[in-house]
Amino acid sequence: MTRTIPLVVFAVLVVFFGVGLLLDPSKVPSPLIDKPAPAFTLPQLHDASATISNSDMRGKVWLFNVWASWCVACRQEHPLLVDLARRNIVPIVGLNYKDERAAAIRWLQDLGDPYTVSGHDIEGRVGMDYGVYGVPETYVIDKQGFIRYKQIGPISPDVLNNDILPLVERLQKT
Amino acid sequence: MNRSVVSDAGSGVAFSSRAALWMGVVLGLCLLVTGRHGLAGEAEPLIADPVIEARMAALSEELRCLVCQGQSIAGSDSDFAKDVRREMRTMMENGRSDAEVVEFLVQRYGDFILFRPPVKGATLLLWLGPFILLAIAVAVLVISLRRRGRRAAAVTLSSEELHRAESLLEEKGDRKDS
Repeated sequence: MTRTIPLVVFAVLVVFFGVGLLLDPSKVPSPLIDKPAPAFTLPQLHDASATISNSDMRGKVWLFNVWASWCVACRQEHPLLVDLARRNIVPIVGLNYKDERAAAIRWLQDLGDPYTVSGHDIEGRVGMDYGVYGVPETYVIDKQGFIRYKQIGPISPDVLNNDILPLVERLQKT
Repeated sequence: MNRSVVSDAGSGVAFSSRAALWMGVVLGLCLLVTGRHGLAGEAEPLIADPVIEARMAALSEELRCLVCQGQSIAGSDSDFAKDVRREMRTMMENGRSDAEVVEFLVQRYGDFILFRPPVKGATLLLWLGPFILLAIAVAVLVISLRRRGRRAAAVTLSSEELHRAESLLEEKGDRKDS
């Protein structure tokens, strides 16, 4: 009995440490899930005189993708977004985050533009309202304007097919 | 005795001079690094109001930089920390309280931005855990001490054992006499 107690304590510690090691500390749960998407109105990337606002997307399920031409990981996820846009399943609105307009437009010309429209957030103020701290980030926003999902970092095909698209489909039915 | 003291003191001196050398090297490297930062980076504007600066200094030490998680918002040079500091300053200039600033940030980045998580359902174990562990440890200690005390008291000799002990003592006494 007295000999098994240290063993049990050790086993419990191993489980705790094991779980701790398997967690990714850079994935911080967003407090915005199931909350209304923060309101914004931004000049459009391609046309500074026009604006894009979250209220323009009311009644639709949409993806809100934070990107920048200086962001290396964005380049990694970009082909996936271009492909998704081609399939016409869900509109993708871009948030061009702390980027130079000319550089951003050139980036889209080179790599393809999957966005219905991109807002130009040069100061990163809208990004702050959305709790952006690492680009790229992607939000799934439902018809009522509630955030239902947040992806931090590039979307992988796995995440897209197993998490995001089934969720979009479910939200579109409601 | 005296010699050993002298040699101890000598090694102490040797150690401290070596430590000083290392400290010098480390300090030099730090200066090198920060010096380069000073040239490359852009200084943040200092607000004339020393009260706001003092509040900024105190509050930003309590906040975690999410992109460089070992550091505070005060200590980090990342763009994220700079943005948060700028936002905090603006809010303070507009007369918002520290609590309002913290609430603003928690709404966006979650409790994780706080180095001291708030006491609530999800963090109860975190706050009470050490005390629970301490209580368990004290309980184990008390129980095992009591058990040991009882075992010590329970040692009683049978008459046969007593007899043997007596004879052993006698034997010893005899040997002394002879």
